[in-house]
Amino acid sequence: MPTRTTGETSGSSGVALDIDRRDLAWYVDKAVAGLVFVAGISAIIFIIGIFVFITREGIGFLTSAFDFKEFFGSPAWRPTSERKATYGALALIAGTASVTGLAMIVSVPFSLGAAIFIGEFATGKTREALKILVELLAAIPSVVWGFIGLSIMNPLIIETFDVPIGLNILNSGIILGLMAAPIMTTIAEDALKAVPDSYREAAEALGATRWQVTRRVVIPAAKNGLVAAVLLGVGRGFGETMAVLMASGHSVNMPTSVFDSVRALTATIAAELGETAMGSDHYRALFTLGILLFVVTFVINLTADLVVRGIRKR
Amino acid sequence: MMTRIIPFVVVIAVACGGGANAARTLIQNKGSDTLVNVAQAWAEAYGVLRPDVAIAVSGGGSGTGISAMINGTVDIANASRQMRESELEAARTNGNDPVEFVVGYDALAIFLHPDNPVTEMSIDQLAGIYGDGGTIETWSQLGVSVPGCASDEIIRVSRQNNSGTYAYFRASVLGDNDFKLGSRDMHGSKDVVDLVENTPCAIGYSGLAYATEHTSMPCLVSADGGCVAPTVATAIARTYPIARPLFMYTAGQPTGAIREYLDWVLSADGQCIILELGYAPATSAECA
Repeated sequence: MPTRTTGETSGSSGVALDIDRRDLAWYVDKAVAGLVFVAGISAIIFIIGIFVFITREGIGFLTSAFDFKEFFGSPAWRPTSERKATYGALALIAGTASVTGLAMIVSVPFSLGAAIFIGEFATGKTREALKILVELLAAIPSVVWGFIGLSIMNPLIIETFDVPIGLNILNSGIILGLMAAPIMTTIAEDALKAVPDSYREAAEALGATRWQVTRRVVIPAAKNGLVAAVLLGVGRGFGETMAVLMASGHSVNMPTSVFDSVRALTATIAAELGETAMGSDHYRALFTLGILLFVVTFVINLTADLVVRGIRKR
Repeated sequence: MMTRIIPFVVVIAVACGGGANAARTLIQNKGSDTLVNVAQAWAEAYGVLRPDVAIAVSGGGSGTGISAMINGTVDIANASRQMRESELEAARTNGNDPVEFVVGYDALAIFLHPDNPVTEMSIDQLAGIYGDGGTIETWSQLGVSVPGCASDEIIRVSRQNNSGTYAYFRASVLGDNDFKLGSRDMHGSKDVVDLVENTPCAIGYSGLAYATEHTSMPCLVSADGGCVAPTVATAIARTYPIARPLFMYTAGQPTGAIREYLDWVLSADGQCIILELGYAPATSAECA
C-alpha cells in the first residue's frame, strides 16, 4: 500500500496534502510524463540529426567542387568520368519532376474520387470494405511495384504504343500514381469527415441532392484538407526510390515525351551511394542531391501542414 | 577500424590453433557483379572442402568491392577492372595496402535481340553508338532494319557508373571517352541481358557468362580483319578484342585462411570451377 504524507508534519491544509504526495503513483506519473515527453520530441531530434548528418556529408562538395550553374543548368551527370567529372543534376531534377507530375495527374482524380465516394456516398459494408482495401494498397512494398513496372508494364507499353522501350515516364508515373493514391485517399477522406454533419443536414433541408451537397458544401468546406492530401501525395511520390529506379529506365536524359526514359534523384542516390568511396567528391555530390531532396520534401510537407492549420483556424 | 581488426584477429587465432577446435573463420568477399556467380560457386565448393571456413559472398559491383576495400570492411574484394591509382592511394591512406590477384578472364560480349540481323560489329561502330559525340543513333545507319523496332532508334543499355564492366567498356571501346548520355543504366549484368532479350531495338554489353539463348552476340572485327566470336576459347587465346582479367584484392599480403583460400582458387580445382561457369581460367588448368 502506498503511504501518504499526512498533514500532521506540515500542518497545512488539504490542498497542500496533494502537493506533498510522493507515493508510487506520483513517481509513475512523473516517469510516464518524462517518457512521453522524450518520445514526443524525439521526432524533432531525429529530423535535426538527419539534417545535420546529410549537411555535414554534403557540405564538403558544396564548398569545393560545387558549381551552381553546372548543378542546376547541365544535364551531364558524369561523376566517374576519366576526362572531367561533371555533376549536372538538371536531368535528374527534370526526371523526378516529370515522373512525380505524371503520377499526380494519374492519382489525384482517382484518389479524390475514391475519397468522395467512401466519405459521402458509400454506406455500411461497402464503405468499410473499400477503406480496408485502400489501406491494403498502401501496404504493398515498393519493390513489388517496381517489379510490376519492369515485367508487366514494360512489355504492355511497348505493345500498346509501339515504342522501343517501356521503361519510361509513363510506366513509372502510373506505378507511382498507384502508390501515392492510398495515402491521398485516406487523408482526403479524413478531411471530408472533418466537415460537420450539420452542414450536410442544413443543405439537405434546403432540398439539395447528394451531389449538390458534396459539390457545393462539403468540398468547399474541406478544401484545405484536400489540398494537403494532394501535397502529401506529391511528397510521397517525390521521395519514392525503388519503384522509380526499376520502372523509369534509369537513364540520364532530358525528357521530351512521356515515352522517354528518365532518372530520378532518389534512384541516383540508391544506385550509386553504395559504391562510392566515403569522402570522395562523388560521395559528397550524392549527399548534395540528398540535401536537395530533403529541402524539397520539407517544404512540401510544411506547406501541407500550414494548409491544414488554415482549416482549423477558421 | 574495428570491423577490420575483428576478422583479422579471428584469422590469426585459426592459423595458430591449427583450426581444429577454433571457431569458424569468416571471410568477407564482396564486389564485382560479373564475378559474383563464380565467387559463390567457389565459396560453396570450398565450404565442402573446409567446413571450418565460411565465406560470405555479396555482389553489388566492382565499385562496391573496391570501396569496401578502401574503407576496410571486406577481406577479399572482387573486381572486373583494375583498381585506379587514386583508389590504391586512398586504400593505403586507410592502412589497407591492396594486393592484386588475377583469378580469371572474361569476354565482354555485345548483346542484341535475337531478331536483330547484325552478326558482325567493329569497335569503331560500338564507339559511335555508345561514345559521347558518336553519330550512330539508328539501326539503319548500320545498314540493317530490325524487325519489331519500328522507331529504328538504337536503345543503348549500359551499366551504372561504378560498375567494373562499365569502366572496362569505357577504357577498351571508348578509349576513356565519356559515354553518351541517355543510355539505360542497369544495376546488374543479368539485368542488361534481360532487358535486351525483351527489347528489339536494344544493344547491351555484359559478361559472356550471362549469355542466354534468347539473345544474339555479334562477333567483333579484330585488328587483323577477322571477326572473332565471344567464346571461352577466344578469351583463353586472347584473340577476342575485349576480354578482360578478373581480379581479387586483399588488404596487404594475405595470410592464414585468406591465403589458403586464394591458393585454392588459383589451383586446378578452383580454376576448373570458373571454366565451368563460362569464364576463361587464369592458369592453364586441365579440367575433366
